[in-house]
Amino acid sequence: MNLAITLLVALAVASVIGTVLQQGQPYPDYLLKFGPFWFEVYKALGLYDVYSAPWFLFILSFLVVSTSVCLVRHTPFMWKEMTRFREHQQERSLRALSHRSEWDVAMDPGAAADTAEAALRRHGFRVRRKPRKRGELVAAMSGAANRLGYVFTHLGIVVICVGGLIDGNVLLQWQYWTGDLTVETRDIPVSQVDESSRLPPRPGAFRGNVTIPEGGSAGVAFLRMGEGYVVQELPFRLKVEDFRIEHYDTGQPQSFESDVVLQAPGLEEPIEQTIRVNEPLEYNGYAIYQANFGDGGSRLDLRLWPLDGGEPATMEARVNGEAPLPDSGPRLEVTDFSVFNIHPRPDAVNNRDVRNVGPSFTFRLRRETGEAVEYRNYMQPVAMDGGRYYLSGMRRSPADEFRYLHIPADPDGELDRFMALLEQLRGEESVAAAADRAMQDIGVEQEQVRRQVAREAHGMIDTLLESGFDAVLEQQRQRAEARAGEAPERLMDFYRLVLERTLWEAYARVLTREGSDPAEPTEEDLVFYRDAITAMTALADYGAPVFLELTNFDHRQATGLQIARAPGQNVVYTGALMLTVGVFLLFYVAHRRMWCWVRPGANGAHVLLAGSSHRDPIGFARVFERLQADLAQRFRPHGPADSTGARPGERQ
Amino acid sequence: MSTQQVLGQDTYDDRSFLARLSWFDWAWALALIAGTVYASVQYSPWMDVYNQGILYMACGMVLLVGWLWKPARVFVLAVAAASLFAVFRYPALEAAETDFFLNYLLSSQAAIMWMCALFPAATLAYLGGLVARAPFPQQVGSALAWVACGAGLVGLLVRWWESYLIGPEVGRIPVTNLYEVFVLFAFTTGLIYLYYEYRYGTRALGGFVGLVISAAIGFLLWYHFAQDAHHIDPLIPALQSWWMKIHVPANFIGYGSFAISAMMGVAYLIRARNPGGWERHGLPSAELLDDLMYKTVALGFAFFTVATILGALWAAEAWGGYWSWDPKETWSLITWLNYAAWLHLRFSKGWRGTPMAWWAVAGLFVVTFTFLGVNIFLSGLHSYGEL
Repeated sequence: MNLAITLLVALAVASVIGTVLQQGQPYPDYLLKFGPFWFEVYKALGLYDVYSAPWFLFILSFLVVSTSVCLVRHTPFMWKEMTRFREHQQERSLRALSHRSEWDVAMDPGAAADTAEAALRRHGFRVRRKPRKRGELVAAMSGAANRLGYVFTHLGIVVICVGGLIDGNVLLQWQYWTGDLTVETRDIPVSQVDESSRLPPRPGAFRGNVTIPEGGSAGVAFLRMGEGYVVQELPFRLKVEDFRIEHYDTGQPQSFESDVVLQAPGLEEPIEQTIRVNEPLEYNGYAIYQANFGDGGSRLDLRLWPLDGGEPATMEARVNGEAPLPDSGPRLEVTDFSVFNIHPRPDAVNNRDVRNVGPSFTFRLRRETGEAVEYRNYMQPVAMDGGRYYLSGMRRSPADEFRYLHIPADPDGELDRFMALLEQLRGEESVAAAADRAMQDIGVEQEQVRRQVAREAHGMIDTLLESGFDAVLEQQRQRAEARAGEAPERLMDFYRLVLERTLWEAYARVLTREGSDPAEPTEEDLVFYRDAITAMTALADYGAPVFLELTNFDHRQATGLQIARAPGQNVVYTGALMLTVGVFLLFYVAHRRMWCWVRPGANGAHVLLAGSSHRDPIGFARVFERLQADLAQRFRPHGPADSTGARPGERQ
Repeated sequence: MSTQQVLGQDTYDDRSFLARLSWFDWAWALALIAGTVYASVQYSPWMDVYNQGILYMACGMVLLVGWLWKPARVFVLAVAAASLFAVFRYPALEAAETDFFLNYLLSSQAAIMWMCALFPAATLAYLGGLVARAPFPQQVGSALAWVACGAGLVGLLVRWWESYLIGPEVGRIPVTNLYEVFVLFAFTTGLIYLYYEYRYGTRALGGFVGLVISAAIGFLLWYHFAQDAHHIDPLIPALQSWWMKIHVPANFIGYGSFAISAMMGVAYLIRARNPGGWERHGLPSAELLDDLMYKTVALGFAFFTVATILGALWAAEAWGGYWSWDPKETWSLITWLNYAAWLHLRFSKGWRGTPMAWWAVAGLFVVTFTFLGVNIFLSGLHSYGEL
């Protein structure tokens, strides 16, 4: 029994490990977390999948064996306890019990024994009478089912563990260790997966996942194993007609549903069913669950705005696909697309105050060298701080947070004005023209100075767009120091003035082309100008030659289904039922024994009542006192009605 | 109150259990059944066969509890009356602020706040009575504890109604997030304690149990005010199931009982330091404390077993497998194994007293981690009540 307690505690402690160390993560993540040495140590200990580790299964099987041995050894004893009334008890041993009572009764012994039996039965005892040498023993017991509780609880545990073993993946693990089964680690189409990583349809248990795009179908499931996966072939095909997400008003998802069609060789008609969370499809021992969802290759229509000026191009891309950008730039890899983006409002006081900012897509631009920058662009301008901005998040490593570029939207809510301004600033001639107008404004008359400064203005703006505002300042400082000697500040002020005026003149040209008068800019135009210049200076860090605008999309979702087969499930449930029944029998049924020893006495009969209980002494004391009171009443000479007579017996 | 106290009397009531029931028992049962049938018919469009089954099962359980534990009948009537009154005054959510009764007493926020105030008050009364050796404050403590339990239960029942006022698709039983289950924990623990108080005829232990409830209420208030957790949010798809209605309450009978057993352990250990002194203060005998500790562990274990099994059945339907070694599942197993070991020591090795009391106290930490720690420190499928 010490063993049982040790095993229970050992199992509890071992179970903790798997909750502290996240299970079933990709191996590189662990390597990153623990370093090469501890990664190998933990791997050898099986800590990445503790609950399938040999040592864990060993503790578990040890518990099962020890419980079974315990059961085999104790069940015969329990059976005896349940069925035997112990009618061979000696009077002496009855007197040794702490709960006992005696009466001298004016009845003949047979009648007294009858009375005792009636009272015991009335109190729920089963009775067996045994004539003895001097008198008669009325032996009684109740709650024998308590002993069944022992059998049921322990048998229940064994049955649950056996069922769990049937549903565990011990066999697969074994094949994996012996090398009969190899795991696939590459992300490749199913058809290319090697035969040694494929499992034919089989009656055994498994739990796998498969992602099917809308309109697509699949006849396999992927089982996670070690650092990769194996492919489990299914005896049926699943076609996904549609996948839907319903939302609450608050934007939280309300339901995930997949309309699936199951086709199998033996089926006359395919099964059509809608699978929801909490409502799986059951077929022939297989259960198919709604597990998650993703993008099934949505079509995205993109407009590519070159950031070095020029006309935008268009292209079509697919989520999870990749393609070279036109003009042999970096490769575009679209990784994700979502129709809804629920974010807290800018002025939100709590996290329930949310809004939908519309679709977004996530992509990487990978250069030939292999390095990639990740972006997340929103389709529609997002209202914030009084303006509306096209947001584009950028990060160089998945470990970083996205940093956002805010491109102001023009009054039509489009990118055109910003891009027109960008084009103005990129063009050598347009900049020269703008600088010329700027100097006219300032009042610089000399032709030669004007021409030289106009050239320099182009250089400054280029620096601004390529390297940011600080670089422009530095350039100006160096130039001013080289030229002016003693008074660089004045010259620097001049350059700054020229730069500012040139930028404004370029903007004024854009406004003029739009048909509005730059001499009287609206408040909105001024705000746009300020934001546009801020965004332009941030372009230096953006790292992409183009800005990708999402103009249209054709959403195609994919549903993530979990497919499981658990032949041991009903075994486990049977065990669970046994355990439940057993626990209640064990706790709430007390096995109690009573003996009434009746022999001829001075007044007629002498009665000795004694009892013992296997458990619950306080409850038993109450039962005994009640029985004792009942018997005292029944043994009274004139029956229960007489309450004035002295008690015929006395309690010891 | 003393209908059960036949202990040691000469006369033995020879009638069967049903025959011993009074007219009030029967009238109460009839009212309960009538209410259940009404609800079942009135709300049948919203309830499938499982929900109906759970409703009638709950009715049967309440009936049994009321007949076996007489004060529960009055409690049920009072809670039903208060909740129905609140519902009648609650045509729309705005009424919570304009209606006097709702605003100050019966809207779920008001009622839960009353519970939060009354449990600590009851604890102080109990402890005061124990220290001052005065029965009156302890009677006050008892009364306050009853009202606090009622306020908590009314709070949740009205919250149930409020969730439907927000929108029919939002409506659900309010046992779905950490805030709601803390309320559930507080009054479930209170009611289980009150049952044992009645059964064993001692109020001396109310202060001990009150401490653990008050601690839970401290957390609840922090969660409410610092984390703004009292809002009713719609349910994520995984939780939209009738299993919720039986899995969670069964779990909390378990948690509540384990918490009481730990406090019985504390009482046992304190008493052991100065048995004579504490006996004069009215603390029950060591045997009785030990027995109570066992009884509450057993009750907790039985319901925790059932709750875990129900959880497995639900998981088989929602997550695609009856056991996934999810942190919450695993910690439930650890808790279960811990108390299984405790019970084995008592049953087969016959251990009693001080070591078992220490173990019961330690058990509370395991339970607390399962209940709360898993949500704070570990992530998994059960991440519904994040902090």
